[in-house]
Amino acid sequence: MNLRRDVFQAIADPTRRAILLLVASQSLTAGAIAANFDTARPTVSKHLQILTECELLEQQQTGREIHYHINAKKMKEVADFIEPFRRMWDDRFNKLEDIMKNYKPKK
Amino acid sequence: MELKTKINAEDGKQEMVITREFNLPVDLLFKAFSEPELIEQWMGTKVLRFEGKKHGSYQIETRDPKGNVAFKADGTFHEFKQNEKITRTFEMANTPFGVQLEICKFEPIDDDTCKLNMHVIYESVTQRDEVLKLPFAQGINWAHSRLEEIMSKLK
Repeated sequence: MNLRRDVFQAIADPTRRAILLLVASQSLTAGAIAANFDTARPTVSKHLQILTECELLEQQQTGREIHYHINAKKMKEVADFIEPFRRMWDDRFNKLEDIMKNYKPKK
Repeated sequence: MELKTKINAEDGKQEMVITREFNLPVDLLFKAFSEPELIEQWMGTKVLRFEGKKHGSYQIETRDPKGNVAFKADGTFHEFKQNEKITRTFEMANTPFGVQLEICKFEPIDDDTCKLNMHVIYESVTQRDEVLKLPFAQGINWAHSRLEEIMSKLK
């Protein structure tokens, strides 16, 4: 399955945000990243794959190891920060619309 | 799915415009902004005080599951025109974000649909940008504290 990856979908997941936070200060191997979570290693690999696919993470081969580091350029794109803000309001307004559609005026 | 809410925040400006069309008659949209029990439902916060009139004031508060105040904000209405317009200030307590001026216009499109236009003006460009970053930053913080929680369990 090759769905187009949406960066905002990528950062909507708390584990993926935690991964970004981890590699923000240093590049790490998949093993070192996985060691920070009590989730199964393949789950962490899947998260890394998604983050790499949407270019938030970059892989770098150093000898036999692959290090992951953050793609500052892509993060800056996300860091326009408007999208999460817009989603927050959109969620609120969707709720408002639902509530008011079922609104029965008190007589 | 495309979001129905649009936000226009130009670089280097201390304002933004939030617009959204609703499948609701305009009076119902206005009601959602002017009745405390409805605001509580869609904003997910508690309304402590609400005087929906010119020079009236309001105060809202959200507590975490432990009962600690997580969010507190208040403001004053400058204009409160039924089904048309609300001009109000908004300020979050204990934050560096300052006060913002919100001009909310409620416009009917037809009998069953309407449009909200929220023009929000901040004290400075920096403060606007900080507020825009909030939901993202909160997500990161939340992930961080969850991570710390997991880590402390591992010890």
